[in-house]
Parts: sequence; C-alpha cells; structure tokens
Amino acid sequence: MKLRPDLAVIAANVAAGARVLDVGCGDGALMAALRDARQVDARGLEIDAGNVASCVGRGLSVMQGDADTDLGDYPDGAFDYAILSQTLQTTKRPDIVLEELLRIGRKAFVSFPNFAHWRVRLSLLWGGRMPVTRLLPVAWYATENIHHVTIDDFRALVGERGVKVEQAWFLSGDASISAAAANFRAEHAVFLLSRR
Amino acid sequence: MSAAPPLSASHTLDLTQPLELDGGQRLKGVRIAYETVGMLNGDKSNAILLFHALTMDQHVVSTHPRTGKPGWWRNSVGPGKPVDTDRFFVICANVLGGCMGSTGPASPAADGKPYAMRFPVITIRDMVRAQVALLDALGIERVHAAVGGSMGGMLALSLAANFPERTNAALVIASTARHSAQNIAFHEVGRQAIMADPKWKGGDYTGSKGPENGLAVARMAAHITYLSEAGLTEKFGRRLQDRPDGTKGTKTFGFDADFQVESYLRHQGLSFTDRFDANSYLYITRAMDYFDLAEEHGGKLAEAFAGTRARFCLVSFDTDWLYPTAESRHVAHALNAAGAPVSCVELSAPYGHDSFLLDVPALDRVIAGFLNQ
Repeated sequence: MKLRPDLAVIAANVAAGARVLDVGCGDGALMAALRDARQVDARGLEIDAGNVASCVGRGLSVMQGDADTDLGDYPDGAFDYAILSQTLQTTKRPDIVLEELLRIGRKAFVSFPNFAHWRVRLSLLWGGRMPVTRLLPVAWYATENIHHVTIDDFRALVGERGVKVEQAWFLSGDASISAAAANFRAEHAVFLLSRR
Repeated sequence: MSAAPPLSASHTLDLTQPLELDGGQRLKGVRIAYETVGMLNGDKSNAILLFHALTMDQHVVSTHPRTGKPGWWRNSVGPGKPVDTDRFFVICANVLGGCMGSTGPASPAADGKPYAMRFPVITIRDMVRAQVALLDALGIERVHAAVGGSMGGMLALSLAANFPERTNAALVIASTARHSAQNIAFHEVGRQAIMADPKWKGGDYTGSKGPENGLAVARMAAHITYLSEAGLTEKFGRRLQDRPDGTKGTKTFGFDADFQVESYLRHQGLSFTDRFDANSYLYITRAMDYFDLAEEHGGKLAEAFAGTRARFCLVSFDTDWLYPTAESRHVAHALNAAGAPVSCVELSAPYGHDSFLLDVPALDRVIAGFLNQ
C-alpha cells in the first residue's frame, strides 16, 4: 500500500530497529510500514476507537488516547523517535505537544500542512474567505485544524524553544521540492527535530 | 440457517499434586472440569486459555447442563468466529472454588462431607495455579493467548504476571488489576444477603435447598452493576409488568413486582439459584476482592509485568461503570512502563459491563485482529 507522501518521507528516514511512538497514528499505515520494512518497534497513540481497532487488527500496539492530555503518561526518553504527522495543527496547545514529543523521543518527526502555501494565500487574498483547498478540504467551522501553521511560524516556534532542526523536507503534491521559498511553494513540511 | 454446533468436548482432570495456596494451605485432590473446542496442533502451539467470569463456567460453546442455554461465548468462539476454532484450540476450565465440576466448597473434603466453609479462602492467583497445572497435564508449555472478560480478565493478567513464560499474549476485556472499594462493597452486599438467609446455616446447607433467597438477592444486586443506567432505561423504563393471567400491568399499591425491572431482576435472581452454589459465590467474590496485582508485586503494577514478553490488549466499554476504562488504562500504563507491547481501546456499547458477552461488532474485530497475529 502506498503511504501518504509525508509518511513516506518519515518512513524512509527512521533508523532500522528503532523504537518509535506514532502520536495520532490513525489506522496504523506508517507503523505497519516501519515494522515490516525496517523492523521498527512501533507504538501508537490514537484518539479514535475505530482506528485503534484497525491497528490492533494489523498486529500493532496502540493506546487509545489524546495527544493533548495523554503524552504525560510516557516516560522521558522512552523512544528513539516520536512522530506527529498532520496532527500538530489539531492539538489544543501545539507548543506543549512539541515539548512533550522531544521529552518522550530523543528525536521527533513533525509534519503539517503549510498554511502559507501560495494557493492558500491566493484563496484568502482573492476570495476573502477561509481557504478550502485540496489539502485543507474542510470548511472553517468543521475542520479539525484549530491551529493553522505556516513553515515560517513553525521555524520560529522551534527557534524560540531551543529545538534543533536536524533536517526538513518540503512537499508539493507527491513531489519533494527544494527548501527555496518553501514557505510559499510547499504544501506540506516534514521536520526532524532534536533537543539542542 | 443454523450452524452445526462447534466441536467441543468436556473433560475432568484430577491433579496428582496438592495445590499450594496463597493462604498457606495445600489443597489435596483438586479436580478441574474443563471444556475444549477445536483441535490441539502437533507442536501444541495453538492453545488459547479462556478464563470465565464470576458466574460463568467451562461451558463456552456447549449447552449448559443445568439451564439448557447455549454456551456463554457462543457468539465469539467457534469456526470462523473471532476466536476461530478452525485455527485455535480453546481451553476453558471451571475455576477453583467453582461449582460446575471443579473443586470448590461443595466438593467432598477428606471426611467425605462437603468442605462448605472449611474450604480454604482462595485467590485469583490460586485459580491460575490450578489452570497452569492443567496446562502442565496437557503438555502445553505456552499458550498462544490467555483471554478473559471481567474476572476472566483478572486471571489473564495474573497468568501473564505470575507465569510470564506460559503465554504469548493476554487479551483482557472489561476488567481490572485490582478491586476497588466500590467493587468490594457490592460484593459484600451479596455475601451478607447470603449469610443473612437462615437457610445458609453457616454454610452447612447440604441436602437442603440452601440460601436461595439470599443468593437471589446477591445476584439481583450484582446484576444491576452489570448493566448501564441507559440500558436499563431503554429495556424497562418505568413500564409496568403484565400479570401471568393476562391482566394489564398496574400499580397494585403493594409490593409485588409492579415494574418490569423488578420482575426481571427477580427472575434473574431466582434462575441463578438453580445453577449456582451459594458458598461458591462467597469464595469466588472473596477471591476477586482480594485481587490486587500491584500489591502482589511490591505495590508497583509495572513490577508485576517486569518479566513479561507477552503482547497485551485491553478493551473497555464506555458504559461499564463496574470496571471503567480508567482501570484498563491504569493497567496499560503499567505495561507501557514495563516496556510491554500493549494496545488499549474503549469501545462504545450500550450494555454496560455485560457488553463483553453481547454482540458488539467492534469487539469482534479487536479480538480477531489481536488473536490472529
């Protein structure tokens, strides 16, 4: 099964045999890929019971829980990587979640849709209404994305918090693009972070 | 279309060695009555040890000999079912202290008379020890999974914690690692109802009908805890019970079972006394009340699982207030701290604690998915 592009980037960059916590793991696609291709010991945290059931059906170990409230249950440094894919913008306090990821994992992958992509900008500029695009398909009142974030916002946050960007990947559609003007050109960003 | 009954067989085993109990006694001549479903494979690697709940027994799929009702987990155990007996060999034993063939307070002691209250107070771990002895006798070193709901879940946890080399996985449904004050309180109501019945006679009621009224009240109180408030409201509301002679239900300004819920509970209580021994009820509820897996391991639940290499799955139901989700999560956190692979999910079902016995499709999916690894 083909992984979502941001997950494919993460899957390709997790060290083989690592211990991984996938926060907001959905139906477990990434965890299953990591387990099968890279012998990763993957654990998940997922809010939706149906998704947890799917994960259990794939032989994955997943706790039903909420990134906003349940990360505190994990001990410091329990994982090589903590992964948060397309979930940051849905949390109540993205900054606290970010700190928690880097407490639990030695490194953290964070991916999110970039709200400063030119299509979003144009949509807001010309339409004057909250953008509904291919990657942000849900209207403002129904979207789970309660904290829209841009690549530059994210860089500013991690800078403030003394977090090191080990590596970053930018995506437009399924394709990887360069870092040049990424805040304008990238639909998605994936960051690999560590504590300085 | 009615499916052919699954291939089950009933057996008994007499242990040749005395059973060492947590209370310090050694219980001689222990008999274990058990049911098997499916076929044990050549290398004896496909066994699932299924633990029953407080008032269930080994009749998982077979028709109950006293009630004539289908086995208690016919929904979930059988060929092509979530616990697939085309693939797995399911073993379910009547617990130590039970009254369906395994040694319990109604069994004869050395003097030929029933133990009654001379039966030693047993623990969940003692029940597990008896079943480990059963595995030994069957030549099964390690089961594919230990599975149980409610008290059965306690046994599954106890097996995984105390005999970590005996199971590859534990599936624990609507259960807990310790009895709460509220759990103990409800059990105490039941026990006091039994012991307050003059027919209990200090436990020596053999040959008579025994403390039927007390046992029925115990069952009525317990049964309320197995259901949700919403479930009771939906099933009965404030509806009145029609009389056997056909007259429409009405308030009698007396103390008959005017309400349907009263009639239902009375029926549950009475029918229970046809199939369950009052002293067994005292002993098994006591064992559950004594259960505290952390206490057995120096007060830290994570320590209980320190040696385990098993996979775990904990399932709770959103309407279960007897063993609520917080209890499952408590266990899951301890397992996480011990580094064990664990899944934990709260399923939505309207039936309260009893959901684990009823038709909940999401539960089937979790059971099948977890066991078929």
